[in-house]
Amino acid sequence: MAIKAEHLTYVYGQGTAFEQYALKDVNFEIPDGQFVGLIGHTGSGKSTLIQHLNGLIKPTEGTVYYDGEDIHKEGYNLRELRSKVGLVFQYPEHQLFEIDVFSDVCFGPRNLGLEKEEVEKRARLALEQVGLDKKYWEQSPFELSGGQKRRAAIAGVLAMDPKVLILDEPTAGLDPRGRDEILEEISQLHRKRGMSIILVSHSMEDIARYADRLMVMNHGEKVFDGPPREVFRHYRELEAMGLAAPQVTYIVHGLRERGVPIDQDITTVEEAREAIVKLLKG
Amino acid sequence: MIRDITLGQYYPVDSVLHRMDPRTKLFGTMVFIISLFLADHIVAYAIATVFLASAIAISRVPFKFMVRGLRAVVFLLLISVSFNLFLTDGEVLVRLGFLKITREGLRMSCFMGLRLIYLVVGSSIMTLTTTPNQLTDGMEKSLGFLKAVRVPVHEISMMMSIALRFIPILVEETDKIMKAQMARGADFESGNLIQKAKSMVPLLVPLFISAFRRATDLAMAMEARCYRGGEGRTRMKPLRYSRRDYGAYVVYGIYLAAIIAVRAAL
Repeated sequence: MAIKAEHLTYVYGQGTAFEQYALKDVNFEIPDGQFVGLIGHTGSGKSTLIQHLNGLIKPTEGTVYYDGEDIHKEGYNLRELRSKVGLVFQYPEHQLFEIDVFSDVCFGPRNLGLEKEEVEKRARLALEQVGLDKKYWEQSPFELSGGQKRRAAIAGVLAMDPKVLILDEPTAGLDPRGRDEILEEISQLHRKRGMSIILVSHSMEDIARYADRLMVMNHGEKVFDGPPREVFRHYRELEAMGLAAPQVTYIVHGLRERGVPIDQDITTVEEAREAIVKLLKG
Repeated sequence: MIRDITLGQYYPVDSVLHRMDPRTKLFGTMVFIISLFLADHIVAYAIATVFLASAIAISRVPFKFMVRGLRAVVFLLLISVSFNLFLTDGEVLVRLGFLKITREGLRMSCFMGLRLIYLVVGSSIMTLTTTPNQLTDGMEKSLGFLKAVRVPVHEISMMMSIALRFIPILVEETDKIMKAQMARGADFESGNLIQKAKSMVPLLVPLFISAFRRATDLAMAMEARCYRGGEGRTRMKPLRYSRRDYGAYVVYGIYLAAIIAVRAAL
């Protein structure tokens, strides 16, 4: 029971003409080691939601618990929480500021008040984990390419050694190869280090491939929550929200409508290939 | 966090004032400011109060928003009021050590305070009911005569509208970068002055970089659409006076005449 949100409500500009509900009574619990996909249309409240989880935003109503403790109670150490719940913002490369990549990655652990050696050890480990080659470590972060900057920035959060890693569209604006590599590294962090991952994404394919659980936000409310294959069964409702299921789901449903007895819960291309080959042989 | 900046903040409701031509509102604000400096009698202030109160009522912007702008000038207000209160010679009412309050001082400081408050509230009405773009359009058109003496009016107003357009963007950007650094354990609040200044580096460096990036992007986008200054440029929505604007000018005339009449007669 690592993170728990109870009746989370957040209102922008309360009492003015700009008043707007960003979140409406959102409840969930994310146990340790889960890989959660979070999807929703632009403005559905997903970015606001994830900023609640490390205490950057205080909810208008409701409570966030980390390991059973209310994070906004008197005397709770929010800084320590932020080292445990790492948040990688969208376009994280916009936060780079140091003269070289290595110092930038050191910024997080140094803020935790660790010894110099420990800081550097963590920075090295983080840079290795994101697969950034050693030759870039001494370079200015502004000389790197888009994908490398993104990795350096993610390493900056990883170096704090979080238990939960939240990523807001970590693949936005990257080419397909860079996207696959970053997702693969995130998935490794999940598998090897047992980190909980919350991945905000627009790509249903990515979510279907990596997430154990899928949460769907619409107009500030959580509308679906469950394993991806179950959520994707509601593909018609997802479409009404401006979202979609993975393309392969449409193919599977199309086949079923034409009388092909294929499993409706197929969400990835690999699964579909196997099922179709089996049907053809069978 | 730092979203409480009212300057140039438009309040989106529909009212007669919102629909008025920006030039009319600019001129009205100017008339109001001039009238405040002409007013030196309680009757004149009463007339100004009625004028301001009706403008607030017509604008349909909550009063709370008008007063917000005052927070920025509280200090100035206190200084000028207390200087006038204690340092004006005349018939002494109260004496506190070397300080004295005179009848004239009391009168002066009241008027001074009112003048400042009305000035801020009056100009807030204009910025709250006019979008920054309308405002600069209005300025460009009203100051068009300066082109004759080679003042680059169009360029200046274009720079102004771009600058205004960028304020909310940069505020939002600051908020985002601050949060991103706080997520990495940065602390912007505690520590002494030097530590605080140092903690600004992780905020300012990315902010400057993003401002430059946005500026070059914008310049590129403008060039791609063949922007080449004001020469021969036409408008999609040319400013045109309507009946309510002429009505407003009549009201301004009557108001200013009343203030001058009070000054002359009393």
